[in-house]
Amino acid sequence: MIPVCRIEDLPEGESLRVEAGDATVAIAVFHTDGAFYAIDDTCSHQDASLSDGWLEGCYVECPLHAALFDLRSGEPTCLPARKPVRTHAVTVVDGMLYVHPAVRTVPGEPVHAAPEEAVA
Amino acid sequence: MTTARTLTTVTVVGASLAGLHAARGLRSLGYDGRLVVVGEERHRPYDRPPLSKEFLTGDGDPGEGPGRLALTDPEEEAELDAEWLLGVRAEALDTAAGEIRLTGGRALRTDGVVIATGATPRTLPLPRLDGVHTLRTLDDATRLRAALRAGAARVVVIGAGFIGAEVASSCAALGLDVTVVEAAPLPLVPQLGEEMARVCAGLHARGGATLLCGTGVAGLRGSVRVTGVELTDGRVLPADVVVVGVGVRPVTGWLEGSGLALEDGVRCDEGCVTALPNVVAVGDVARLAQPGTARTVRAEHWTSGMLQGAVAARNLLAGATVEPFEALPYFWSDQYGARIQYAGRRASGDTVRIVEGAPADGGGFLAVYERGGISTAALGVDRPRPFMRLRRELARAPQPAGR
Ligand SMILES: Cc1cc2nc3c(=O)[nH]c(=O)nc-3n(C[C@H](O)[C@H](O)[C@H](O)COP(=O)(O)OP(=O)(O)OC[C@H]3O[C@@H](n4cnc5c(N)ncnc54)[C@H](O)[C@@H]3O)c2cc1C
Ligand code: FES
Repeated sequence: MIPVCRIEDLPEGESLRVEAGDATVAIAVFHTDGAFYAIDDTCSHQDASLSDGWLEGCYVECPLHAALFDLRSGEPTCLPARKPVRTHAVTVVDGMLYVHPAVRTVPGEPVHAAPEEAVA
Repeated sequence: MTTARTLTTVTVVGASLAGLHAARGLRSLGYDGRLVVVGEERHRPYDRPPLSKEFLTGDGDPGEGPGRLALTDPEEEAELDAEWLLGVRAEALDTAAGEIRLTGGRALRTDGVVIATGATPRTLPLPRLDGVHTLRTLDDATRLRAALRAGAARVVVIGAGFIGAEVASSCAALGLDVTVVEAAPLPLVPQLGEEMARVCAGLHARGGATLLCGTGVAGLRGSVRVTGVELTDGRVLPADVVVVGVGVRPVTGWLEGSGLALEDGVRCDEGCVTALPNVVAVGDVARLAQPGTARTVRAEHWTSGMLQGAVAARNLLAGATVEPFEALPYFWSDQYGARIQYAGRRASGDTVRIVEGAPADGGGFLAVYERGGISTAALGVDRPRPFMRLRRELARAPQPAGR
C-alpha cells in the first residue's frame, strides 16, 4: 500500500505519478468523474507517461500517440495500443489516498506461491 | 461504380504501418473477401520510429526479426485472415487487367488495391564504401547498430533532419564522437520556421554532438571502408561510420506505366482515392488533395500513416470518397533526452509565441504559431500535457483561409 496524497491535493480532473514500493514501476493516479483511479503510468504502446495524458470521463488519452484507455479496466479502446495497462486498487483512509499495487505477473506464465523464506 | 459487394480480392502493397492499418480497417468495416498483403521486406509489419532511437541505444541482443517492434501478434494475424506474401516485390500494376505483377513474373489478380509502399532514403552521389549507412528498415538498423558497436569511435551524420538528429543523438548516447553536417544554413527551417529551428538545432550541442551547417559534402575518403567525409568547404572529417539522412522519396517506381498520376507520390483526392475508385494510396507514398485549396500534401509522419489506413479502407469499400482524411498533421521526435512534439499547419511568415517555459533555459517549453491572430500550429519540447491540450484545440479550431 502506497500513500499518494491527501484527497484535497488531487482535485477533480487532475493526475499524479507515484513510484510503486519496489520503484520498478510507476503508477498514474487520477481523480475524475467523482472517483479515484490508478493504472500503470507507462502506456502499453510505447513509453509515454499516462499521468501526462488527457482525462475525459473515465478515459485517459496517451500524450504521445493518442491511444485511449478505460481507467476502470485498463483496456485500450483504440489503436495504436492493443494491450491493457494494469489497474490498481485505490482506497481513502482518513482523507488520505492510497494505492495498492497489483502484483506483476508475466502474461502466460503461471503464478507460483513465494517460497516460505521470501514471505515478509 | 465499384461497391463493397463487387470487391472480392483486395491487395495491399507494402506490409508496414499504413498497409497494416488499411488491412485492419478493411476487416473492421466488414470486408470478408480475399485479402493479400505483399511486402518486399521479409519481416512482418514492425514499427520504424524506434529504429533511430531505443533500437540503436538498447542493451542486449535485439535478436532476429522485429521482436518488440512487431505491429501485430499471431492472434491478430489470425483475425486479419490475410495472405502474407513477404520478401516479395510488386513490380508493376496493370489496372486494365486488374493485375499486380510480382517478382519472378507471377501475376496476382485483384480488384482492389491499397498502395502503401512508403518511402526510401534519398541518396547522394557517393561511392559505395563499407561503413556508409542509410536508415529506413529493420535490416538497415541492425547493420548500423552492429557497426556502432564494432569499435567505431567517430560518426559523421549527413543531414540534420529529424532522423539525422535522432541517429546523432543515439550515437552520442553510446559515447561516440558525433558530427552532423547540414547543407542548409540551419536545419528544420521548412518544418519549424527559423526561430524554433534554431532552438532545436541547439539540442545537438547540449547533447554533446557537433553541428556544422551551411556546408555540403564533396565526397568520401577511403578505399574499401570509409575513413572520412570531405566537405565542400575543404575540411575533412575523419569517420569510422557515416550515416546519410538526407530525406526520403516516395516509392512509386513500380507504378510507372500504370496510368496513375505520380507527382512526388501517388496523387489522390482528399480521401486517399486515386483516379480509380478501386485503387487507394496511404502513408508516406500518398499525396492527398487539400480540400478548398489547390495544394496537395504528402505527410511522412507515423500518425498520418496509421490514420489514413482506416479512411482509405472505408472509401475503397464505398467505391467513392465518403470520408476525407482531415486529421491535423502531428509528429514527435526524441533527441538528446528531449521529446519534441509538433501539430498543425504552419506556413512561412507565421509568428511564434512562447506560452510556457523558456527555450533558452533548456527545461522544455511550449510554443504556438499564429497568423492573423489565429493559432496555426503548436510545438512542445517536454511539455506533453499542455501540448496535447493545444493539439486538441487546434484540431477543433477553424483554420485560416486559403490553406
Ligand atoms: C528511423 C525512422 C524513425 C522515424 N521516427 C518517427 C517519429 O519519431 N515520429 C514520426 O511521426 N514518424 C517517424 N518516422 C516516420 C514513420 O515511420 C513513417 O511515416 C511510416 O513508417 C510510414 O509508413 P508507411 O507504411 O507509409 O511506409 P513504410 O513504413 O516506408 O513502409 C512501406 C513498406 O512497403 C514496402 N515496399 C516498398 N515497395 C514495395 C513493392 N514494390 N512491393 C512490395 N513492398 C514494397 C517497403 O519494403 C516497406 O516495408 C520514422 C521513420 C524512420 C525510418
Ligand atoms: S505511447 Fe501511448 S499510444 Fe503510443
